[in-house]
Amino acid sequence: MEKITGAEALMKALIAEGVDTIFGYPGGTIMPAFDALYDYTDRINHVLVRHEQGAVHAAQGYARTSGRTGVCLVTSGPGATNTITGIADAMMDSTPLVVIAGQVAIGMLGTDAFQEVDLVGITQPITKWSYQIRRAEDVAWAVSRAFYIARSGRPGPVVLDFAKNAQNELTEFAPEQIDFVRSYLAFPEPDPGKLKEAAEIINGAEKPLMLVGQGVELGGAREELISLVEKADIPMGSTLLGLSSVPSSHRLNMGMLGMHGNIAPNVKTNECDVLIAVGMRFDDRVTGALAKYAPQAKIVHLDIDFSEFNKNVKADLCVLGNCKETLRLIGEQVKPARHTEWVESFRPYAEKEMEEVIKEELNPGGEKLRMGEVVRAVSDAAGPEAVLVTDVGQNQMSAARYFRYEYPRSIVTSGGLGTMGFGLPAAIGASFGAPHRPVCVFMGDGGFQMNIQELGTIMEQKAPVKMILLNNNFLGMVRQWQELFCNKRYSFTPMVNPDYLEIAKAYGIPARRVATHSELAGAVAEMIACQGPFLLEACVEEEAHVMPMTPPGGAVDMIMTSKDDK
Amino acid sequence: MDSEKKLYTVIVHSEHRAGLLSMVTAVFTRRMLSIESINASASSIPGLHKYTMTTITDKETIEIVTAQIRKKIDVVNAQYFTDDEIYQLEIALYKVKTSVIESTPEISGLIRKSGARIVEVNPVYCIVEMHGRSEEISLLYNELRPYECVIQFVRSGRVALTKDNTERTSEFLENHEALRCRRKAESNKN
Ligand SMILES: Cc1ncc(C[n+]2csc(CCOP(=O)(O)OP(=O)(O)O)c2C)c(N)n1
Repeated sequence: MEKITGAEALMKALIAEGVDTIFGYPGGTIMPAFDALYDYTDRINHVLVRHEQGAVHAAQGYARTSGRTGVCLVTSGPGATNTITGIADAMMDSTPLVVIAGQVAIGMLGTDAFQEVDLVGITQPITKWSYQIRRAEDVAWAVSRAFYIARSGRPGPVVLDFAKNAQNELTEFAPEQIDFVRSYLAFPEPDPGKLKEAAEIINGAEKPLMLVGQGVELGGAREELISLVEKADIPMGSTLLGLSSVPSSHRLNMGMLGMHGNIAPNVKTNECDVLIAVGMRFDDRVTGALAKYAPQAKIVHLDIDFSEFNKNVKADLCVLGNCKETLRLIGEQVKPARHTEWVESFRPYAEKEMEEVIKEELNPGGEKLRMGEVVRAVSDAAGPEAVLVTDVGQNQMSAARYFRYEYPRSIVTSGGLGTMGFGLPAAIGASFGAPHRPVCVFMGDGGFQMNIQELGTIMEQKAPVKMILLNNNFLGMVRQWQELFCNKRYSFTPMVNPDYLEIAKAYGIPARRVATHSELAGAVAEMIACQGPFLLEACVEEEAHVMPMTPPGGAVDMIMTSKDDK
Repeated sequence: MDSEKKLYTVIVHSEHRAGLLSMVTAVFTRRMLSIESINASASSIPGLHKYTMTTITDKETIEIVTAQIRKKIDVVNAQYFTDDEIYQLEIALYKVKTSVIESTPEISGLIRKSGARIVEVNPVYCIVEMHGRSEEISLLYNELRPYECVIQFVRSGRVALTKDNTERTSEFLENHEALRCRRKAESNKN
């Protein structure tokens, strides 16, 4: 067999995994891989980012929209450490990634060689698997195992620390196909007894509530979920990451859970008699005070990750398995039911929210633009195919609340880690992961500047990303907390901003500023009609609040609808 | 009560691969749980290493900690036990001043009574070796201490076997292998 370098073996192994897009940035220890890549650009599209953090977030956006594994290629030392935030983010949000970083030659390990960093040591706690490739002959095995681990079970990030000598050494190459790791039960078989018990609990319920997490999206279980909830007439609330698991318009979809979620599903969490949580992990932003979380309810938890069971909320029944299977099997056993009165009882809360929060947000009485109206205008104009990407802060919560979701994999946001700077690069990745869908990213003036250099990537790639900057001249979400809980002591939250239109201009990106209600529709239409990227700066009310809000540490049904509600 | 703190023994089986021990201990570090003792060595299952670790915490915490360890790739199994669920053993060595032993006859009595034995004698010190349960080893140390005769003292980490009738780790591996074969057969059929 012909011998090739470890670097070329990497290219062949990536192609064997079906990789056609990678996000990266070259440097000393990864040069052999980039040199090999030079001959593979007809099969692998490499997107040069402007900062390695951007590469990881882009790979996350790609993975979340396409359902495939995102891939990054970076150098050792600072290149590798720049990826850490994104890796931690992907771990929290169960996003399949393979991050390949250069490493110094193994003979130099442990000598503080130039750009040596203990990447395996640093990333072990924030990855599913972190492995150092020390010999060219291990490339096929390591790459195949990396992809298997990243995408299977509860997905997550994997790091391959690729020593430079292994990139240069010669090896014979035959692709491997790993689909079994003896220590790792990727897809556990559901226990028939537990499935039956779950169905019985649901059959006995008078006021059931389903909590839908990203697991449904990751498991591709939309149909199974809908068929179960329709059969047994179960209203649903969804987590931030689960928002596009079911269409917004579904009769039983009662909206978003959590701190800035909708009133009805949050209040009803503490009124239901049976709570069925699927593919979600009872994050504290969803539960509020645990001691006051659904104490009255019988709790059934369906998840593919056993370590989530009884971690935050003690469940009465835990059903381990892929929710595509468990939801189907439970669905077969539940009896058709109607809970008309219960389902109807959500309505007054939805109406209260409409009256006290949503109306003013969508049709503000004041002159200033509100985030909600901008989001809704964009969502309406972009249509049901659109993918929402967000940054973090008020812009994120407003976007999540007012965007409308139709198709699966329509929301890309940093949930668990809450990473400012996520939005812009993630949107670039989304435009590659879902090339036929409009990609709209909402950002604040703080978060936009955290990875603003990626405008360079957008310029170079002509990535058709619709960027909506919700500019309030504040680190808005922190300012909101400061107003509510720190007596308006605005400690380092006012933002001195540059002229964003000038910045866009420097990158050759068309841009427009909008500040009035009357101009909004026209500006949004111009953005959507534009072929390539576009920056829309919406100057929004500076000291607005995202409402409703469950104050931190408060019970899930203790909900403020205005800042005076405290 | 679940919030009552006590000593738990965590037994972990993992692949024999560099870096796994630090992956396991990182789960303790994350909660700043200190590890009271640790023993790592080859297990009876080919290719697998076994760690026996002890820590003081409550049931709720140890339950989550063991699940988070078990979940790691290349960790095959992790379980926790209370002292009544295991047979446990520790080894200790005590370096005792020969002069004090000679001048204080009770010391030899203590050593004999505890089942320890003297394995080395020279004019300056004797080495006393003992194996037993943790509390027996502590007891002898505490009994010797008042005589101010112990120059050095060392104890190994605890090793433990479960009182279970089966080895759960082997069971897990067999079941997983069987599941793999079943799934392969099913996918071949389709
Ligand atoms: C990297 C990072 N640093 C700090 C924070 C804390 N933080 C959360 S929201 C927020 C304010 C965000 O401000 P901006 O980007 O302007 O968005 P807005 O809330 O105004 O919509 C901050 C600082 C964070 N989530 N991520």
